[in-house]
Amino acid sequence: MAVETRGLVKAFGPVPAVSEVDLTVARGELMAVLGPSGCGKTTLLRLIAGFERPGRGEIRVGGRLVAGDGVFVAPEQRRIGMVFQDYALFPHLSVERNVAFGLPRRERGRGRGGRAARAQTALELVGLQHKAERLPHELSGGERQRAALARALAPGPELVLLDEPFSSLDASLRAALRREVELILRDAEATAVLVTHDQEEALSLGDRLAVMREGRIVQLGPPEEVYARPADRWTAGFLGEVNLLAGMCRRGGAVETWLGVFDSPGAGAGRVHLAVRPEQLDLRVDRAVNAEVVEREFRGHDVLYRLRHEVGGSLLVQLPSLELHEVGARVHVRPAAAAVASVVD
Amino acid sequence: MTVLRARGRERRGSRALASPSLTVAAVLVAAAVSLPLVYLVVRAASGGEAAWSVLLRPQTAAVLARTIALVAVVTVAATAIGGALAWLVERSDLPVRRFWAVAAALPLAVPSYVAALALLATVGPGGALGEALRLDLIGFGGAALALTLSTYPYVYLLTAAALRRADPALEEAARGLGRAAPAVLREVTLPLVRPALGAGALLAALYTLSDFGVVSLMRLDVLTRVIFQQYRTLFDRTPAAVLGLLLVVLTVIVLILEARARGRAAARAAPTAARPVPPVALGRGRAPALAFCALVVGLGLLLPLGVLAYWILRGGSAGTGLDVAIVAPALGSLGVSAVAGAAAVVAALPVALLVVRSPRMWTRALERLSYGANALPGVVVALALVFFAARYLGALYQTLALLLFAYVVRFLPQALAGARTALAGVNPRLEEAARALGRGPRSAFAAITLPLAAPGLFAGATIVFLSTMKELPVTLLLRPIGFETLATEVWSATSVSAYARAAPAALLLVAVAAPIVLRMVVRRDGARAEAEALGAG
Repeated sequence: MAVETRGLVKAFGPVPAVSEVDLTVARGELMAVLGPSGCGKTTLLRLIAGFERPGRGEIRVGGRLVAGDGVFVAPEQRRIGMVFQDYALFPHLSVERNVAFGLPRRERGRGRGGRAARAQTALELVGLQHKAERLPHELSGGERQRAALARALAPGPELVLLDEPFSSLDASLRAALRREVELILRDAEATAVLVTHDQEEALSLGDRLAVMREGRIVQLGPPEEVYARPADRWTAGFLGEVNLLAGMCRRGGAVETWLGVFDSPGAGAGRVHLAVRPEQLDLRVDRAVNAEVVEREFRGHDVLYRLRHEVGGSLLVQLPSLELHEVGARVHVRPAAAAVASVVD
Repeated sequence: MTVLRARGRERRGSRALASPSLTVAAVLVAAAVSLPLVYLVVRAASGGEAAWSVLLRPQTAAVLARTIALVAVVTVAATAIGGALAWLVERSDLPVRRFWAVAAALPLAVPSYVAALALLATVGPGGALGEALRLDLIGFGGAALALTLSTYPYVYLLTAAALRRADPALEEAARGLGRAAPAVLREVTLPLVRPALGAGALLAALYTLSDFGVVSLMRLDVLTRVIFQQYRTLFDRTPAAVLGLLLVVLTVIVLILEARARGRAAARAAPTAARPVPPVALGRGRAPALAFCALVVGLGLLLPLGVLAYWILRGGSAGTGLDVAIVAPALGSLGVSAVAGAAAVVAALPVALLVVRSPRMWTRALERLSYGANALPGVVVALALVFFAARYLGALYQTLALLLFAYVVRFLPQALAGARTALAGVNPRLEEAARALGRGPRSAFAAITLPLAAPGLFAGATIVFLSTMKELPVTLLLRPIGFETLATEVWSATSVSAYARAAPAALLLVAVAAPIVLRMVVRRDGARAEAEALGAG
């Protein structure tokens, strides 16, 4: 295990920031921690890094106890690389000297070609070898981020922590850099914990995803699974738009709602609520009209409709933008083929 | 709301990094700084009825009234002159505004007792025009004039900075709503800069209250001079301690008055605009405005320089002007000032670090305690340390070590202001990044924070250096026998009307201060001016 926390608790004054967090990250794994601001995810990261002392609980890095049970290992002795939200590049040092900063003294020296070999390797890994002599303020936002990543990776840490690494970048840059950072981390065979409040980022980047709320991890699993089977209403809503439908489960695996019957494996008999994603509904223009388009939000590659259903009230439906329905159009809404909805309570 | 608060907590500097040794150092510094006041109280309290009866003497009431009158006159005059200059330079079509913008601040380079020397050496007894133009400036009028010329630049700098920050759209809106220029000035501009005028007035008042050089040269019996004389002439020094406490009380009252005025004005946050404002046409007022600027700068800057040059030349022809006698005081001044500047920054570092890193109630209290020295006039600091050293540290009395300690105590707030700003400007994540990269706390501080904060720390040291160069009462009371600085040289020579002897030392003082002040003015550094003002001699 690269990192393991057990029963981790941290409070600032009377307010708990992190409570009873158990988190295990395997070597080479990329773990995304997702939560709204103030949920304690940054505190969790800072606890692992050693910038905060836990109130209770244990932290192990690479099997070694670094916090808990009377032990507290200083951050500089934990072999953890950290990429800060604002990158925290040393403004008075060149990119190369930033990257070489964490290397042992003898390796910081300049080898053949006048460059520290290991710093050079790290810069090549992120594709910044041609900017080695620049100062941080002379780099673009994306380059700064890669420099920060190179600096964190250069000493060969047990674990890399990334705190909202994409939040200070333009939206247009984010998607491309996300892929790039993932490739760099995979290339370096690094174990990483990434903290973010951006659902898209967390879903697309992590091998596993931990959803945090009010200091606790409320769900942990592969992104597809967390998205498809949210543990509760809050998680369902936090991960994306959702329709909550009341229904009745009569026989195993099928829930009857006012909108039709949904497959829902594992549902117990009785009254339940289903979380149905907007893309799990389908629109038709045919004779069996049951709803009216109230609002249309055009998003380019897809369209989000808000419908008023003749019996059930408001519904969100997301469709590819191949065919557009006007506001006021009378339509037929029904579960999409192969829609598997999850029970949230 | 709770989310916001939680975020704030997450962003706070890391407590795990505040070490116990830092805390111990900061507490020691704060204790050292509060030593003079504490001991003054102890000493005065132990004085018994006889000592306290000094407060009931009729002379004391007269001295108190004179002190308050001087502070009031100087504060009002300095605020009026400084405010008017700031408006003329920033908002009117005064000819050669950029020249006046710098020239109006330059009297800052002339220590107040040099301004007094200039007045005395011109129209005082034995002055250049002494017999021809007996303007009997000795006493209240002369002291008020010299102090006004020395303090208006603080009001000017702070107000000009506030005018530059003020959103010109507000004044334009008032014009658009049908107000003429004078009404705009009264109803919009003046309220906008009132906090700055108030801060400037506070500096002028504190400066005047703590001034010793001017009033002693002008032989005006206000509190500082009376305390000094009591200490010098009486065998029982406790009455001096009691009067010193009285001076501290006056200072605290001034601070409270200003804090109240500021409290009401606090809502007026400075907007961000920096658009050039179309100047107000002075019309027929241009010539008087120009004459006003010329008079102020002439009296504050050209008169001292001219008078000093005259006496140096006259002394030179008489064979007593520039000679080697100036070398020892000059080296003494430069030496102690440089050491005091460095020592003050070293002492300020732990307090500033603690406040910036772990802003909590007790660290803020520690900081406020360290700033408290601002409220102590130099005479009081010196007196308290004399008492303390004479009783407990006999070996240190009248040594350079004690003198340097006194300078550090007196000027720590200036170094602290610089260190705090410099350290607060360094992102705490940088040091954390260094820690995560394997550096220990000391190494991370030395490799990252120190180099990044160095310019600010150096600026703080420079201001302490300058203040120490100009310092008078502490030096007079605590210096080792035979040790002279430029300031004591100017003071003792002027006291006996030996203007030719005083002039070279005074000119040297101005020459050292001028480049530092010029740099400060060109960078438009109002805050630094404020810090410097508090080091008044």
